[in-house]
Amino acid sequence: MATAPRFWRENPSRYNLVGFKCNACGRYHFPPRILCPQCRRKSVGKIEPVRLHGTGAIFSFTEIHEGTYEQDMNKPYIIAMVEMDEGAKITGQVIDCDACDLSIGTKVRTTLRKLSEEGSAGVIHYGYKFIPVCNGPEAPADK
Amino acid sequence: MNGVGIVSYGAYVPHFRITPDEIGKVWGVDGKAMGKGLMITSKSVPAPDEDTTTIAVEAARNMMKRCEVDPEEIGALYVGSESHPYAVKPTGTIVAEAIEAAPDLTVADFEFACKAGTAAIQTCMGLVGADMVKYAVAIGADTSQGAPGDALEYSASAGGAAFLIGREKVIASIDKTYSFTTDTPDFWRREGKVFPRHGGRFTGEPAYFKHVISGAKGLLEMTNTTPEDFTHAVFHQPNGKFPTRVAKQLGFVADQIRKGLLVSTIGNTYSGAVPLGLAGILDEANPGDRIFVVAYGSGAGSDAFDIKVTDEMARYRRDLAPTLTQITSNPKYLDYATYAKYKGKIVKRGD
Repeated sequence: MATAPRFWRENPSRYNLVGFKCNACGRYHFPPRILCPQCRRKSVGKIEPVRLHGTGAIFSFTEIHEGTYEQDMNKPYIIAMVEMDEGAKITGQVIDCDACDLSIGTKVRTTLRKLSEEGSAGVIHYGYKFIPVCNGPEAPADK
Repeated sequence: MNGVGIVSYGAYVPHFRITPDEIGKVWGVDGKAMGKGLMITSKSVPAPDEDTTTIAVEAARNMMKRCEVDPEEIGALYVGSESHPYAVKPTGTIVAEAIEAAPDLTVADFEFACKAGTAAIQTCMGLVGADMVKYAVAIGADTSQGAPGDALEYSASAGGAAFLIGREKVIASIDKTYSFTTDTPDFWRREGKVFPRHGGRFTGEPAYFKHVISGAKGLLEMTNTTPEDFTHAVFHQPNGKFPTRVAKQLGFVADQIRKGLLVSTIGNTYSGAVPLGLAGILDEANPGDRIFVVAYGSGAGSDAFDIKVTDEMARYRRDLAPTLTQITSNPKYLDYATYAKYKGKIVKRGD
């Protein structure tokens, strides 16, 4: 079972999509790391935390019918790999739509939703999920 | 009030809906007739992963998209709701982190039935007016509860709106506010109980109508105005019937309440109701428009506001976040079984 401190440490990236830019190669990555996976030690001292804008397009997706107990209320649910406008690829749930509404390239934006709960008396974990922009309000991404 | 007013606003309503007819089928009730009586054709339903926190965050983010205020300049944030996810741990802490206003601000959760959001607006007005903070955020949001089969189930819905209160680049000045409060047990929820209880018809004349009319008359006297002086009016809307009747009793005409009356399609969003109605008016308001606002909270009390849209509205970027018309377009309708699952009314194995 997840613990409150582990999730709490990741709140900046889960709430506000804080990733990083490698100033050695110029690539954006998510979630935050201390080294660029491409440049490795060349990126030492060149990692800059950045907040991604929260918009992107579906790179690939799948519909899951047999998920975890925590997702019982959401079955079937959609998980997608989203290529963000900055180039970073992020995996997350796509909500408020059916799989037939989606295709490769569908524009999505992030929104904050409940990710899981540690039982009815435990901590609620919040984080980003994706919503198709054609299925909801068309609006610029979060600043 | 010393130049204090709304600097920005944002709204949010969940994607899903259910009709009174669909609810009535389950309980052997003529749902269509029930909906007609309540003047409600559908109500919003939160998804299983939505709660008051996520609704408040979405509204607050829409509010921040429309302005250039640095979130670190926000000195206070209050969330009014009767469905805070935690009994102890403020919803506002999560909202403040999500809009990057933390950590240098004061945060608290408010509760006063359906008027906790407007109570938050009044508190923000005081803090900004006293120069204790530069900007303050007031949010009214709810995922309201109605017991299965209860009359409330036909209306209790979800949504919320957020307001950034300040003195600079004010799009709508809040010139006066007046409140009326008594000890009236018309609707309540005891600690630890899932669903609220109410006094049936007692929620009408001695509760909603007495407090809304007293709040409205108090503000009209304070501002030496009559209903004709206002372009728009918004009243608490537990159903469509009450605000329509109270507007008529006070002397407002149908056209004045049209833009702020959202209950017929999204239901009663409790603490979100008047904030959403005001947001709906601001979506279309023009400089010079004067807005009459009366929120009602069971228990009981009313908060009334005299709001005037300023010339700044012409420069304000409303288009940077979705309007309520855009937010509520293209909803998905649910059957009762899915609605019951989404609302957590089904006890699962292991619960």
